[in-house]
Amino acid sequence: MSTLKPKHQRLVLVVIALVALVAAGLLAAWALRSQASYFYVPEQMVAEPPAPDRAVRLGGMVEEGSIRTLPDGVTVAFVVGDGKARVPVRFAGILPDLFVEGSGVVAEGRLGPDGTFLADNLLAKHDENYVPRELQEMTEHQKREVVAETEEGA
Amino acid sequence: MIAELGLAALWLAAALAALQLYAGTRALRPGGEAVAALVRPAAVVQGLACAIGFVMLLWLFAITDLSVKLVAANSHSAKPMIFKLAGAWGNHEGSMLLWVAVMALSGALIALIERRLPEKTMLATLAAQAFVGLGFYAFLIVSSNPFERLPQPAAEGLGLNPLLQDIGLAFHPPTLYFGYVGLSVAFSFAVGALLTRQVTPEFARVMRPWVLGAWVFLTLGITAGSYWAYYELGWGGWWFWDPVENASLMPWLAATALLHSASVLAARDALRAWTIMLGVVAFSMSMVGTFLVRSGILTSVHAFAVDPERGSFILVLLTLYIGGALALFALRAGTVTEGQRFSITSREGALVFNNVMLSAVLAIVLFGTLYPLLTEAFDVRVSVGPPYFNPMGAIFVVPMLLVMTVGPLLRWRGDSIGRIQRPLILIAVIMLAALVAALALGEAGVLPLLGLALAVGLAVASFLPLRGRRLTRVPLAVWGMVIAHFGLAVALFGMASESAFSEERLAAIAVGDTARVGPWDVTLSEVLPAAGPNWTAIEGHLLASYAGGDPIALDPQSRSFWAPPQETTESALATRWNGQLYAVVGSDAGAGRWQLRLWWKPFVTFIWYGGMLVALGGALALIGRVIDDLRRRAVRARIAERRAEEAV
Repeated sequence: MSTLKPKHQRLVLVVIALVALVAAGLLAAWALRSQASYFYVPEQMVAEPPAPDRAVRLGGMVEEGSIRTLPDGVTVAFVVGDGKARVPVRFAGILPDLFVEGSGVVAEGRLGPDGTFLADNLLAKHDENYVPRELQEMTEHQKREVVAETEEGA
Repeated sequence: MIAELGLAALWLAAALAALQLYAGTRALRPGGEAVAALVRPAAVVQGLACAIGFVMLLWLFAITDLSVKLVAANSHSAKPMIFKLAGAWGNHEGSMLLWVAVMALSGALIALIERRLPEKTMLATLAAQAFVGLGFYAFLIVSSNPFERLPQPAAEGLGLNPLLQDIGLAFHPPTLYFGYVGLSVAFSFAVGALLTRQVTPEFARVMRPWVLGAWVFLTLGITAGSYWAYYELGWGGWWFWDPVENASLMPWLAATALLHSASVLAARDALRAWTIMLGVVAFSMSMVGTFLVRSGILTSVHAFAVDPERGSFILVLLTLYIGGALALFALRAGTVTEGQRFSITSREGALVFNNVMLSAVLAIVLFGTLYPLLTEAFDVRVSVGPPYFNPMGAIFVVPMLLVMTVGPLLRWRGDSIGRIQRPLILIAVIMLAALVAALALGEAGVLPLLGLALAVGLAVASFLPLRGRRLTRVPLAVWGMVIAHFGLAVALFGMASESAFSEERLAAIAVGDTARVGPWDVTLSEVLPAAGPNWTAIEGHLLASYAGGDPIALDPQSRSFWAPPQETTESALATRWNGQLYAVVGSDAGAGRWQLRLWWKPFVTFIWYGGMLVALGGALALIGRVIDDLRRRAVRARIAERRAEEAV
């Protein structure tokens, strides 16, 4: 290397840096396609279920009267729906503070083989100012749908 | 009246920044000598005016002036004084004002004391600073005025998000901002050097303290933020790859690379264009961070305002700064001549490797953070988490750490592996031994195992540069490097141990029952209501005993705040030298039982001790460099004096 002229050495360094960065970019692109966790609403999850071991997120409304605590005292089962489909969810852990029936939730986890969604984590509305992004938009969307349905009925 | 004074100070500072920009750029062209003398005074007064503006805002929060919109929206008369003051920067407008105030004060400081660079380079630097500042002033005055009055004073303030009512968090954002601002100063120096074609070792020496300072603050900010997320969110994790965390990690990675390449430039006059490039990238990353956090494009406790106008404003600023700097770099990089040569096996070679790996990690984090935003444009919602970041980051971090063990042992310019054969074998043997020991201790993933082995090897290797030296004569900057590298090893050990050996227990137990997690026995003695100044809670009283020892009382709470209404989980921690027991109480599980979530996390505290050691190392290096500079300045003054005497 010591025989190289400064200009050539600089060129070599630039090439090495570029190769490393392009490699990082390609690796990132490949990994992002396979590792990103997609967002589903119940309708999609029922229509096109994700692969069983794939990390995904499920967002919807917690159905009224569906929350029950299993006998072990820490596992909670409930149903998430969007008016078109219903997905049973199971979660072992301490529930988010504002997790209530009839309000929105995003569950992170994977779909079990029996069609039950096994959640590792639940994101619920924290307060008036902090709502998970997907929920914020989904409830808007749902509100519109509800309005549309009632208008059709009338 | 105070609010109007503050706004006036802000306008004055903006006007002075405009003057500074005009005079600074005019002075670079022929015939501009007349206005050159204006630049430094303008920078000093601008700093003062902006600082006065921020003090006015603090004042408004201290007296809880509810006729000011920002105070009414973010404060409450019943809050303790420290949180009232912290409320001044715990919101979008105030935090932007703090940003620009610190930046203006830094500009004033360099205008006052920095005389080492050619005057034209300094003028260009101050002009670049004014340009950056001007964008922020426009942003504040046009779309985020912190001093806006309400038509009718509010009866009571809305309060500060309870999650943010925490003493550690009151100082978390300013710490990160100091880091961002330090990088903006480094950026201005880079632009100044590029504009006047003065990419010299002297430039690197002038820029280095700012990079070091920024890096220390970023390190502290990230460490504190991680600990805050750990004990406040009650999820037991210390890093979530949340976009907001990444927003602080990316400038840190760039600053780390810049710090090392500036050292090469200062010591050996090599990596000229690369150092300039990193200066641009580091500042761009802090702007991207600010954009991600402040634009409302992300929703989290950090994103105060979801306001598309602000988002687009910051996006325009971002494009202007980064685009402008990159264009300037593209135009001028060709004129930066090559630096000194070096062989691949040399200190420079190792540092180049470190730089390339850090840049690759930066790219990985940047892509992972932006990908969800990108797909959302196509209406596909994804989130990117640890399954992406951990292995992808490790691909580049592991080789970097390996080279880091030997890099400081190599000589500048050219060296041979044969010369450092013995330490090399020593480090390899230690790593293998650590790997075998970790394997024997229990099952763990590949990454944590690698992490443990690397951490132990690096911890030993970080002290090797001191061997054969008189410890009292080792320069402070070298001590800084040793301690920072050792700190990284300590932090890495904590991370690897936490992910390899953590144990978790989730149980519903009745009062009087005991749950077991790792070596701990935790007994629920009672559950009682509790109350504070602005909250009520249920409090679990736990007695935890380590390996049958004396019980320690732990009182985790589930709190309900009333201003604004919100609930938070207050974890309780029992800290030992070899780890932490982490306890969270949940809700009533029926049949007289309560939910408890317990973790035993061996050596988890090493993560933050390590972070603090890294920051300490940076601070020592900074002090060492500044003392050196002062000494050199004194010597130069003495020489000048003697010359003057001889001339007489």
